[in-house]
Parts: sequence; structure tokens; C-alpha cells
Amino acid sequence: MATTVVAEDTGQGKPRLGDRVFSRLALVAGIAILVALAAVFIFLAIEGVPGLAKPAEFYGEASSFWGYVAPLLFGTVLAAVIALVVAVPLSWGIALTVSHYAPKRVATPIAYVIDLLAAVPSVVFGLWGISVLAPRLSPVYQWLEEHAGWIPFFAGPASTTGRTILTAGIVLAIMIIPIITAISREVFSQTPRLHEEAALALGATRWEMLRLAVFPYARSGMVSAVMLGLGRALGETMAVAMVLSAGGGISFNLISSTNPASIASNIASNYKEGTPGKIQVLIATGLVLFLVTFLVNFAARWVVQRSERRLAR
Amino acid sequence: MSVTTAPTRSASRSVSFTAAKLPRFAPALVAAVSIAAAALPVLFLGWGLVAWAIVAGLLHLVALPLWARVVEGSRGATDRLVTGLVWAACVIAIVPLASLLWTVVDRGLPRISTTFLTYSMYRTDLDQEVGIYHALIGTLLITLFAAIISVPIGIMAAIYLIEYGKGNRLARWITFLVDVMTGIPSIVAGLFAFALFILIFGPSTRVGIGGSVALSLLMIPIVVRSTEEMLRLVPDELREASYALGVPKWRTIVKVVLPTALGGIVTGVTLAIARVVGETAPLLLIAGLTTRTNFNVFADRMTTLPVLIFTQNANPGIAETPGGMRPGLEIAWGGALVLIVIVMVLNLVARIIGRVFAPKTGH
Repeated sequence: MATTVVAEDTGQGKPRLGDRVFSRLALVAGIAILVALAAVFIFLAIEGVPGLAKPAEFYGEASSFWGYVAPLLFGTVLAAVIALVVAVPLSWGIALTVSHYAPKRVATPIAYVIDLLAAVPSVVFGLWGISVLAPRLSPVYQWLEEHAGWIPFFAGPASTTGRTILTAGIVLAIMIIPIITAISREVFSQTPRLHEEAALALGATRWEMLRLAVFPYARSGMVSAVMLGLGRALGETMAVAMVLSAGGGISFNLISSTNPASIASNIASNYKEGTPGKIQVLIATGLVLFLVTFLVNFAARWVVQRSERRLAR
Repeated sequence: MSVTTAPTRSASRSVSFTAAKLPRFAPALVAAVSIAAAALPVLFLGWGLVAWAIVAGLLHLVALPLWARVVEGSRGATDRLVTGLVWAACVIAIVPLASLLWTVVDRGLPRISTTFLTYSMYRTDLDQEVGIYHALIGTLLITLFAAIISVPIGIMAAIYLIEYGKGNRLARWITFLVDVMTGIPSIVAGLFAFALFILIFGPSTRVGIGGSVALSLLMIPIVVRSTEEMLRLVPDELREASYALGVPKWRTIVKVVLPTALGGIVTGVTLAIARVVGETAPLLLIAGLTTRTNFNVFADRMTTLPVLIFTQNANPGIAETPGGMRPGLEIAWGGALVLIVIVMVLNLVARIIGRVFAPKTGH
């Protein structure tokens, strides 16, 4: 704090030209970011709002925009929820291994490998999902249909290609594991050492120590990690567009080929044959996606900031 | 361990202060037994290696807590179970990564050749050789221009946040919205660039620079965050020493603060590039698709490597030999290998830079 006071005083009331220019430049760059974010919203709105109320033929089988976007939104959320169900326990497990279970010699390479997972481009995940994972899962789906068909999720008929929403969700899960792991690891390892040692000194086992000392401390960080993973899963395009063979409306049947696409993948697979009118409809769905992910990220960051302020106090 | 020897000294009144514990070698022993037990169905029923691993893992997960329950009680058993589950999570997460890397190398390597890297997809005759040169150039140029747009904005914004706006309301909002911005879906960034360019240049506009705009939207928050982090590490003593010599604030930032943090900033920029170089969705929308090599980002369509992989996979064509790989898939896997190598090299370079130019924190 003292430094800024000194710097402002050197000019004796009139800052030097270089200082003025440079601080303006920095300010402009900062504001440019706000402008860019606003511009995303404005331009999507300009091009997208006309897509909200087109004649019925633009919406395919549905008769209105909301009828068109509802199954897509459902598909988006369903794929993201599957991804979270798979990814969250795994990520927390990995984060705990790195922060508390593994010795440092082992923890560093594990952390590195998980970071490597984050670096793989989504299109490569999609390619792998469609040509390696989906064929492997196809017999599993057939087995599930035969033996667990009474659960509505596995009612079938099982897709023979394996390109179902469950496969897409699993690929998404692999993609969001690094994000959730990175943030959870961070908060787990920030637990005060004294809290942990106090728990252990009272005779707690390692799991009890985690429950008594680490989880209460890290709870908000864990929540926001999950929400950031959710935000990423909602917006992920290519993996879903490549893996999922979409068709059909709202359905909880996870292993058949009658699942709706996600908003993002629908845009990616339909923009090409789009007339300008159809493109406006797609941009309008993009606007919906933007608002949903913005809200999720906003909430996640808000939780983080609030807890940071609480800890700083 | 030393505690367990204590009661033996007063063996007459052997009051143990520690609960019974499994021996140290218990996990290893159980693991060996489970692997052996799981080998039985492999030998007699002809199960595969994968089934062997899964059964052995499950046996271990069940057997160790059971043994612990007998010796240590339920608390010890829960602890053993959680330890097992936590390690299992690690193993499970590494399997897909290993599978993915192996598949990409296995299927992509045969396709890599100098022809593949130096020819474009443009051909006038069906027998001509094709390659990914045009996509490499497209990726390089579009990413380069994205970096040209986002690096100055990102670094200047970080300077504002750390050096000028420290703690004021605008800076807090910018920090917060930059965080939110990191979560913008890439397709939304693409749609933004698309909406912007078709509004200005007409509905059928497809240019490389549009892709750069979309990518820079994804890159800026990463650059800001990492630069901010690095500027914060620069010790205040350095700034104060510079001010004491009468150096104006902006020269202090340019000559003292930025050089000190340079290594970290370069690392952050490299990681940001690695992150956007594999982006597909925005470029699919605005940069379009072409088979020719295009060196001009301001005119005409431009193919990038991820878009090429996507479209080749979507339209793979017919295999020349029955049972062989379809030509489009061959190109897609070859392209995927090249893309992964590019991303990994960028990551590696970033790490090396980060290590060599580690910020000098004073003492």
C-alpha cells in the first residue's frame, strides 16, 4: 500500500506523461475485458433474439422455440449430470491421493498425469470415444438391457453402436476430472496442518481425520469445484457431437439411441446446412447455453470468493 | 511401532494402550492373495487380462477391510476401505488416458510421413497424395493471431489489476468476471465471433481472423490469471528500491516488475496457447473448411487441425482394401497424433521455461 502513495507523490500533483499513458493503457485493457464479455452477450442477442420467434417450420418437429430448445437443454443437463456422477467421486479420490494418501514421490507424477489429461484436445477425446470406448461399451449395454432392464435407465433397446448419452457422459467425465481434481487438491492441501494433527492425536484414523478436519474446511471449495466441472460439461461441444448419435426427445433411457443432443453439439452438427433463419435459431440456443453456463460459473465463483473472504478474516 | 514393545516389559500386567493393528505387510499380502485367487477363473474359465485385473482389485477392496474388521474393529475397516477406494480412483482415471494415448500413437504413427506433413488436401486427381499441411498452417496462423490479440490485453489487464487497481471496486469486478470468463463454453465464443462477423461482413463470411477472435476470448482469462499470479510474486522491495531511485512507476513496471516475472508470464502464455490450439467448435463455425493452403487470415476459409480431424471422422470415405482403415479415419488419427504432440510439446516447453526462469522471490 505504501508503494502506491510514494509513486503518486513523485509527480508533485502532476503525474509524468509516461505514467499517465501507461496507466490509461492498463485501465483500457482491463475495461476491454468487461466490454468483451458484454459484447458476447450483445452480439448473441442481436443475432439470436430473432430466432426466438420464427415461423413454426424453423423448429423442425417442435412448434415453438421453447419446444425446440427444451429437449436440447434436457440432453445438455443429462449428459452433464452423468458426467458429474462419474467424475466427482473419482476426482475427489484422486485429489485425496495426491494431497493426503500418496507419498510425495508418487503424488507428483500422479498430479502430472492428471494435468496431462487436461491437455488432451476435446476433438481427440471425441475420436477416442467414438472408435474405442463406444464399441467396448456396446456389449455392456446389451448385458445391462438383459439383466437390469427393469431399471428405467437401462430399458433399452440397447444401441448397437454404443453411441449413447451414457457413453457421451463418460467421455465428458474423463474430460472434467482434471478440473475438479485440480481445485479440490488445492483446497484439501490448504487444510491447516494443526487441525489434522489434532485429529490424529485424538486417535482418529486417517479417514476420520479427513472427515473431522479436512472436509469441513474444504467444503465450499469442493462444491465450487463440482460446479466448475458442471459448467465445463454443459458447454463441451465436440466430444458430445462426435460420440452421441442423437435423435428423439426427452427420455431417461441412457443406453438406447433415442437421446436428445446437447445444445452445443446440436449447433456444431447443424450449422452447416443452416439457412440464415435456421442459424438465428441456433444462435438463440447458444444464447440459452451462455446464460446457463454463465449462471453456473457465476455461482461457483461467488461461493469461492465468499469462502476466501471468510478464511482471510 | 515402538509402542507395541512397551507392554512386554511389564508382561505380568500386560495392559496394552494401543488397539490391535494389522501388520504392516497386510495390504501387500492381501493384494498377492487376491491376484492369485483371481487368476483361478482366468486359468480355468479363460477370462481375459482385464477381467483378471478387475476381479483382483475387487477382491482386494473387500478382503482387506474384512480382515481389518476382525482384527481392528469397524473404524479400522472403514479406514482401510476408504484408502482402497481412493487409490482405486487413481488407477481408474489413468486407464482411459493410457488407452487414449496408446490408440492415438498406434493408429496415427503409420500415417505420419513427410508427404503427410507437407501436402495439402487439395488434389486435381484422385490418385494424388494428400496431407495435413494446410491444416497445420491454419492452426499456426489462427493461434498466432489469437496470441497477438490476447497477450497484450491480458498482460496489461493483469498489470492494471495488480499495480494500479489494487483492491478497488472495478478491479474486484474485473477479477471476478475474468474468473467467470474462464468458464465460457468454446462454442459460445465461436458463436460470438460468428455473430460479430456476419453482422459486419455479411452472412456467408468465413475468415481465419474470426477464429482468432473467438480463441482470444478463451485465451485472455488464462493469460490474465497466470500473469496476475506472477506479478503478485514480485517482492515489493524491488518496486520500492526502484521508486527510491526516482524511477517513474511505468518504467518500474516495464524494467523491474515485468522482467522479474517474465518466466512465469511466458509459461502462462504458452499454457494458454496449448489450451486453445486444440479448440474445434469455434473454428468450425467461423473459420470454415477448405482443402487448400491459405496463408491469409483476413480472407477466405481456413482449416485447422482439430476441424480437419472432426470432418475427416464425420466423412471417412470408403476403405481401399476390405477390412482396412477408411482413408478419412487414417487422416484423422494421423492428425490427432500431430495435434497431441504439438500440445504436449507446448506443455513441456511451458514447464521448462517455468523451471528455468522461476521467479526470483528475493531471498
